[in-house]
Amino acid sequence: MENNISLTLKVWRQNGPKDKGRFETYKLDKVSTDSSFLEMMDILNEQLVNEGKEPVAFDHDCREGICGMCSLYINGRPHGPDDDVTTCQLHMRKFKDGETITIEPWRSAGFPVIKDLIVNRNAFDTIIAAGGYTSVSTGGVPDANAIPIPKVDADEAMDAASCIGCGACVATCKNGSAMLFVSAKVSHLALLPQGKVEAARRAKNMVAKMDELGFGNCTNTGACEVECPKGVSISNIARLNREFLKAKLAD
Amino acid sequence: MNLDSKIPQGPMAEKWSNYKANQKLVNPANKRKLDIIVVGTGLAGASAAASFGEMGFNVKNFTIQDSPRRAHSIAAQGGINAAKNYPNDGDSVHRLFYDTVKGGDYRAREANVHRLAEVSNDIIDQCVAQGVPFAREYGGLLDNRSFGGAQVSRTFYAKGQTGQQLLIGAYQALMRQVNAGTVDLYTRTEIVDIVMVDGKARGVIARDLVTGEFQRHFGHAVVLATGGYGNAFFLSTNAMGSNGSAAIKAYEKGAAFANPCFAQIHPTCIPVHGEFQSKLTLMSESLRNDGRIWVPKKKEDAEAIRAGKLKPTQIAEENRDYYLERRYPAFGNLVPRDVASRAAKERCDAGFGVGTTGLAVYLDFKSAIERLGEDAIRARYGNLFQMYEKIVDDNPYETPMMIYPAIHYTMGGIWVDYELQTTVPGLFAAGEANFSDHGANRLGASALMQGLADGYFVLPYTIQNYLADDISTPRMTGDEKEFVDAESEAKAKFEKLLAIKGNRSVDSIHKELGLVMWDFVGMARNKEGLEKAIERIAEIKKEFWSNVRIPGSGEGMNVELEKASRLADFITTGDLMARDALHREESCGGHFREEFQTEEGEAMRQDDQFAYAACWEYQGADKAPVMHKEDLTFEVVKVAQRNYK
Repeated sequence: MENNISLTLKVWRQNGPKDKGRFETYKLDKVSTDSSFLEMMDILNEQLVNEGKEPVAFDHDCREGICGMCSLYINGRPHGPDDDVTTCQLHMRKFKDGETITIEPWRSAGFPVIKDLIVNRNAFDTIIAAGGYTSVSTGGVPDANAIPIPKVDADEAMDAASCIGCGACVATCKNGSAMLFVSAKVSHLALLPQGKVEAARRAKNMVAKMDELGFGNCTNTGACEVECPKGVSISNIARLNREFLKAKLAD
Repeated sequence: MNLDSKIPQGPMAEKWSNYKANQKLVNPANKRKLDIIVVGTGLAGASAAASFGEMGFNVKNFTIQDSPRRAHSIAAQGGINAAKNYPNDGDSVHRLFYDTVKGGDYRAREANVHRLAEVSNDIIDQCVAQGVPFAREYGGLLDNRSFGGAQVSRTFYAKGQTGQQLLIGAYQALMRQVNAGTVDLYTRTEIVDIVMVDGKARGVIARDLVTGEFQRHFGHAVVLATGGYGNAFFLSTNAMGSNGSAAIKAYEKGAAFANPCFAQIHPTCIPVHGEFQSKLTLMSESLRNDGRIWVPKKKEDAEAIRAGKLKPTQIAEENRDYYLERRYPAFGNLVPRDVASRAAKERCDAGFGVGTTGLAVYLDFKSAIERLGEDAIRARYGNLFQMYEKIVDDNPYETPMMIYPAIHYTMGGIWVDYELQTTVPGLFAAGEANFSDHGANRLGASALMQGLADGYFVLPYTIQNYLADDISTPRMTGDEKEFVDAESEAKAKFEKLLAIKGNRSVDSIHKELGLVMWDFVGMARNKEGLEKAIERIAEIKKEFWSNVRIPGSGEGMNVELEKASRLADFITTGDLMARDALHREESCGGHFREEFQTEEGEAMRQDDQFAYAACWEYQGADKAPVMHKEDLTFEVVKVAQRNYK
């Protein structure tokens, strides 16, 4: 049932990459529990604009959990207190009347803050550019049904491919590792005959790029899997390690 | 205004082959000398930029998001059509072509649609080669499902995330070219103007959304793949950042804007819950394969449900009105989107709507679960059901979903000829940004097909036909007068916005515009309402330019400033939509004029007067635009009243 709740928000404000940043506290009344978390942020911003203040900058776009744009560390958890959702799918019914909510940006060496709650995730694109594709150009490819693919493999590839590139895995990892992200792409493509051809080379190049960009090492804490809004499994990391080892042995 | 559609000679099925056989090409050494700007990184933009890069052109690709993978193509759920005929159920290129022209209510250009159907099969091959994990049968071959407006199963899908997987395929191809150095990628960068030199599009002025700095970029040709303008309604299924500004910039530079009033209202969206709602969430049309749409047969039951005294599961089978199955027995729940949306509105307006507002109908999976089991339904739609439950807090396995129509897609857009070139030489438009293939109504799973067709298989050919005459044109530095002037003008516009220092937030004015659009330019339109809308939009425009408040400055990131500049263009778009809807005195596809309907409430076209694309030409900021016609002739398709009964 719909209710209205009052909230205290502690929000990270930072003018730019070089600003030190600080928490600011805001009060919000009469927030409908049917609102999404980002609609609550809209209400806050409307209030700030009406007071002549600068609204809080935060990333968001599709607001249906698929574009991977929204981020936010909410009460110490990436994407907040609900499971298997992105911040845009989180609803205020998960919070209590009178609650204080702490809102921070992703905090990781790989993702520097741009402004307030917005971080720079270009590193993910750079890692994909290092090898996260099949090297085929447009045209001249075989018929789509030329190579049958076992349904289990196709389904497993789909599960790995459901990564939305939001960065929650990196943000939650105490080492700031991007292994879940990288392994999801390596798995997705290695599981399919079209991607298998370059699997070893891909694993090697993507891991090298990840290391170069300053992401930490994986120590198997499993935090990434818990916070992944799409339920991408850490078994992908095992597959990445296999592909990586094969590549190294072949060297 | 020159509206030469440049349709190639020959029989319909040979036009594209004839075009390719006779077009001009650019040799590899010359490709290196030519620069192409691609604006947008959705299915059309990413696939075009990647393909141009592979061919050897120098590409500059722009996106307003932090990564190309965020483009709103990613949110498409249901699938992508192709005429593969793998299920052996009677499909063919001709049938896909025919269904698309008919589905568009005979307001699309036949030759473009036929080409779309021809290249549809290549798209599926390409995506599989990229590693797109389409759904498969146990035998290892690709699975298909059916979609609205078709009697064959021609839709390929990847769970409920087809758009995501296709976009990631295109994005990966794009990043491969970024790595190869053929594509320069500009993220968080917005195009704020198009630069014209000697009557041709020769570049863009961009604004870095992080620093607020303006940039000048040269290109021998410019491709806009910037999506649709549905967010003129404020509430739509589009992403928050989706905007029609680049299209409006093109329009202001002389590109005709065609059929702006053709907007698609998608029948299956989660209903509005309150005034702070920021967007509407779509539930894939694929759900209509297994879900049955109904409202209570008795008004008192509907009233009791609205008051919270009765649950849908308590309504006996004989007291349910499966109104689509009743009205359209041949297509049932799979009628095209415009038909399904209007039927929902009709029932709700008549007092049979459910939900607290009465603006909702049920989409029920009970009989499908009984027939196939819950596991089969979970395998097909699990992620959609989960999404619904997270938003509404109801379990759709146990109680029917509630849905209502919402603005979803815009068939109208920048006018393009057969080569996808606008009326401005050197300026091309692809994907949802152009008007070309869907007529007055788009069929489900056809947007992904069109975006990728334009980017992978049409533009890589047609743009060469243009660039072949440009091989001796030297690169410009961006210091030419035209570039400098365009930048100053763009800067002045942003300074003007910041100087208003009024009392109202951007969103509050945008919401006001959205309500006017929904009330008068929405699902059912009439002369009186549209005239009122034009008046109200003029008032909103005045209010915006005198009373908007944008905190902060033009330096550094300023989200309110970005939104304000887009809203200024949405106001222009809204006005265009209303004018176009007012002039089109017929009902067709997504455009329903109450004055033109049959006794049963079906859309009534006026082919003798309106079988044309309405192309609007910009006349200046405070002048009414002028309309030109591209007459549509149908050589192959037999024009008839659409019948889904």
